[in-house]
Amino acid sequence: MTAWDTARRARDSRWQAGARYAQGKRVDARDATALLEAVLQPGDRVCLEGDNQKQADVLAAALAAVDKAKVHHLHMVQSGIVLPEHLDVFESGVASRLDYSYSGPQSQRIAKLLFAGKIELGAVHTYLELFARYFIDLTPQVALIAAVSADRDGNLYTGPNTEDTPTVVEATAFKDGIVIAQVNEIVDKVPRVDIPGDRVHFVVDAGKPFYVEPLFTRDPAAITETQILTAMLAIKGIYAPYGVTRLNHGIGFNTAAIELLLPTYGEKLGLKGKVASHWALNPHPTLIPAIESGWVKQIHSFGSEVGMDEYIRARSDIYFTGADGSLRSNRAFCQTAGLYACDMFIGSTLQIDLQGNSSTVTTDRVAGFGGAPNMGSDARGRRHPSEPWLKAGEEADPDSPAALRRGRKLVVQIGETFGDKNVPMFVEQLDALALADKLKLDLAPVMVYSDDVTHIVTEEGIANLLLCRDRNEREHAIRGVAGYSDVGRGRDARMVQRLRERGVIRRPEDLGIDPLDADRRMLAARSIKDLVRWSGGLYAPPSKFRNW
Amino acid sequence: MEHLNYRHIVQRRAAGTSKLAIVGVVASGNLEVLAERLLPDNECEVDINTAAEGFGEVWQAVVADFVERRASGGVRLSINDGGARPDMVALRLAQAVRALEGEQA
Repeated sequence: MTAWDTARRARDSRWQAGARYAQGKRVDARDATALLEAVLQPGDRVCLEGDNQKQADVLAAALAAVDKAKVHHLHMVQSGIVLPEHLDVFESGVASRLDYSYSGPQSQRIAKLLFAGKIELGAVHTYLELFARYFIDLTPQVALIAAVSADRDGNLYTGPNTEDTPTVVEATAFKDGIVIAQVNEIVDKVPRVDIPGDRVHFVVDAGKPFYVEPLFTRDPAAITETQILTAMLAIKGIYAPYGVTRLNHGIGFNTAAIELLLPTYGEKLGLKGKVASHWALNPHPTLIPAIESGWVKQIHSFGSEVGMDEYIRARSDIYFTGADGSLRSNRAFCQTAGLYACDMFIGSTLQIDLQGNSSTVTTDRVAGFGGAPNMGSDARGRRHPSEPWLKAGEEADPDSPAALRRGRKLVVQIGETFGDKNVPMFVEQLDALALADKLKLDLAPVMVYSDDVTHIVTEEGIANLLLCRDRNEREHAIRGVAGYSDVGRGRDARMVQRLRERGVIRRPEDLGIDPLDADRRMLAARSIKDLVRWSGGLYAPPSKFRNW
Repeated sequence: MEHLNYRHIVQRRAAGTSKLAIVGVVASGNLEVLAERLLPDNECEVDINTAAEGFGEVWQAVVADFVERRASGGVRLSINDGGARPDMVALRLAQAVRALEGEQA
């Protein structure tokens, strides 16, 4: 007779095997490795919660310490490869296969392990895509997650950094998987229930706060005049004419500059209330001056940001908060919001090719993309109109009847023509192609595809790719804003001039912007300390950003 | 160190009356520009000492754009470069001729 509950019975036997290390659901931190050895089986799909910010660091260390005679060939399915332990498990042979999204801090080491054949790579996903696969073909057998506190029943409080946890738990707990949470402390009553206890099998009492990566803090002191110029171009040349109210900003100094120019330059242009009011955004400290100046109506967040908790708590009109008053973030929902309900994504990249494909993968770094490919793509399922979406759609396809014409999301890549160490942003060919070749990947890891990107902003001006009618125009629109890089100097001056006359390329002077006005005095805050002042002392920056 | 020198015949005299101005700093990724009103009104000279070798073509292009975009006649610009990116160079050159105009309104 066919058994229809084999997975459930397997789950129960794992649960039972782990239970000998638990009192109720509580497991002592020093027994964490033994618990994992009891629960895990070779070849398991495991989600070790490494999010963009929050890290299940105690469980990561416990997993790295398991006996590989007992636990091996794990298939790690996690959004962030952030901690050294996330890769130690591949070096030691505990894990062998990886599907992930983002690996910023480990991007060099992950490249080395890939080249050495230590990691069998499934794919580099965007967050929403990896989450989707948790429910279809990458469902974890075991999830190792992080929360702030738990009660005796295993109800979890995730605090401001809820991030991926609800998604990971949903996929694991409701498909006969085991959920193990590390918590900072066990309490009688959690401040709010982010994860109901009946989805949690074991609670490891870590006795200390989990690690959070401060990823979205940009020190205004490091913003250059060129970045300010790109920000002015974006505000006057894109935010204003399209009337972009609903948007997402990537991380980077150019977008930080935009945030800090809204209350100054944006105010001068009369844009307050007309742009940048509704956001899918982490709590960027550099947005504080715009919030305090009344620009921002509301913000939904993927995660939190170190030091922003008290500020958020005191600005519940702006942020999503729980009954306890602290931020409720949720990466899956916020990514969905960014995909369907935002009219613009603007962010930086490391390389852009002649057609506008861009990637953050270079020859020795495989950083992954996080949310950028999702934010930075047109939602083909979108059906609601908005002014910027319709206008962009009309520019791309002026001849179709308006009522049958798809709108377009504005996908803007912003940066300087030369990055760190004088490395040009524009390239003839993406390094991602060489990487795909070397690793025999079916797909090159492209962050934003050419047919999704609508504008490229550099200090040389704005290229509006929506207005390009063929590949040649597109290439010269890109060369036209590539400045003094090889790609830029390879332009046909007459072709660029024609594109400029049509408004495909707009130089600073075409927008009435004098590059000499790009001055640091225009930034609403010029230091982290200024941000603290703007926040009325509520923002508490991490020590590495304090120099006073 | 590499030494480069470019001399252009230009259309417009640099505005203002100041004889001399200095902008920027000699630092990694930055540069210092000394602007002096020493030449005939239809000439501009840019003299460069740079720590980064092998970027002659880029310098030539940056200087050519500068003399086309900004009124620079009569000025000799001496650059001490610490390996600045082209966008920074273009900005400093523009700042230098602006500084020669004297007090800003």
